Amino acid sequence: MIRSEIIRNLVPVFADHFVVCNIGLPSQELHMLGDKPSNFYMLGTMGLSSSIGLGVALAQQQKVISIDGDGSVLTNLGTLPTIANNVAHNFILLIIDNGSYGSTGDQPTYAGKKTSLAAVAQACGCDNVIECQAEDAPAVLQQALDSDKMTIIVCKCESGNIKVPVITKDPVVIRERFMTELRARNTAAVA
Amino acid sequence: MTVEDRIVSDLVKHRVELVTTVPCKQLAGVIDKVETHPDIYHIPSNKEDEGMGICAGAFMGGKRAAIVMQNTAIGVTINTLVTLTQFYRLPLPMIISYRGELREPVACQVEMAVHTKALLAQINVPTYHFHQASDVEEFDAILEYTFMCNKPVAILTDASFWGGY
Repeated sequence: MIRSEIIRNLVPVFADHFVVCNIGLPSQELHMLGDKPSNFYMLGTMGLSSSIGLGVALAQQQKVISIDGDGSVLTNLGTLPTIANNVAHNFILLIIDNGSYGSTGDQPTYAGKKTSLAAVAQACGCDNVIECQAEDAPAVLQQALDSDKMTIIVCKCESGNIKVPVITKDPVVIRERFMTELRARNTAAVA
Repeated sequence: MTVEDRIVSDLVKHRVELVTTVPCKQLAGVIDKVETHPDIYHIPSNKEDEGMGICAGAFMGGKRAAIVMQNTAIGVTINTLVTLTQFYRLPLPMIISYRGELREPVACQVEMAVHTKALLAQINVPTYHFHQASDVEEFDAILEYTFMCNKPVAILTDASFWGGY
């Protein structure tokens, strides 16, 4: 199973939760398969999906799922200690680990070789780290959402891509509709 | 009131509730105050681009955020400033220690100091330079301006401003 199939299977689990999605193909796939105002697509800045998601989670109450890749987490490895030490129980980091830089032509990453991102996350102090296989992603993510505990999921899958159109939405539109939806949901939660 | 106290009280006045920091000797005092202020959530970052990501998220989550860092970080954050902070039009006050200016004892810091303003100018970041302690009086207006225009704004603070290295 490849990443786009995982994202397709996860769209119903994402439901109305807020999703911050990694640059490149992951965002393009999510945009094609389940575009919603509650999705924030990164159009640039490789590596910061987990940092942006953590920031959103720390600032408000709604649940936030950051979709990241193994290559992107390796680019911003310092994010894992920061996440571990700033616990936000409304935050889930979902690392889709296909052992390759998918958006740039499937060059292998170290996560597909000797490096275990789950072990790195644990060593960084993250309390709830789950490594799962692609087929189990929906159940594992649902469980993490239900647990109300900050969770790091490392979902192992095969390398490979499908053809997807680029996102042509204006970044300010993406940001504004995400913020408007988030504000509305938080206001409704208080009322 | 010390310049450190003034900076932190102006941040609170402008409802900045999350501050991320990457340390510098010159910023140690302001980082201590950020850490202990009850109205600010202090989140140390391991690298400045990570911090800018956290600030972007916090702002989208409804909380104003700021970053405290050294000018050497300009060398590692250009992509983030351009493709995240500017592209999505996010406000970001950047309180930057301007190492390598007068009273600098470490030669290597000068190598980045000579590029700092040019790099910020190249990517159209509004830039202010605090050289004397009284320059802190402008910080209030700079914060107002930053959250008015939704841009990253640099406040370079040199050794003379902090009262010597």
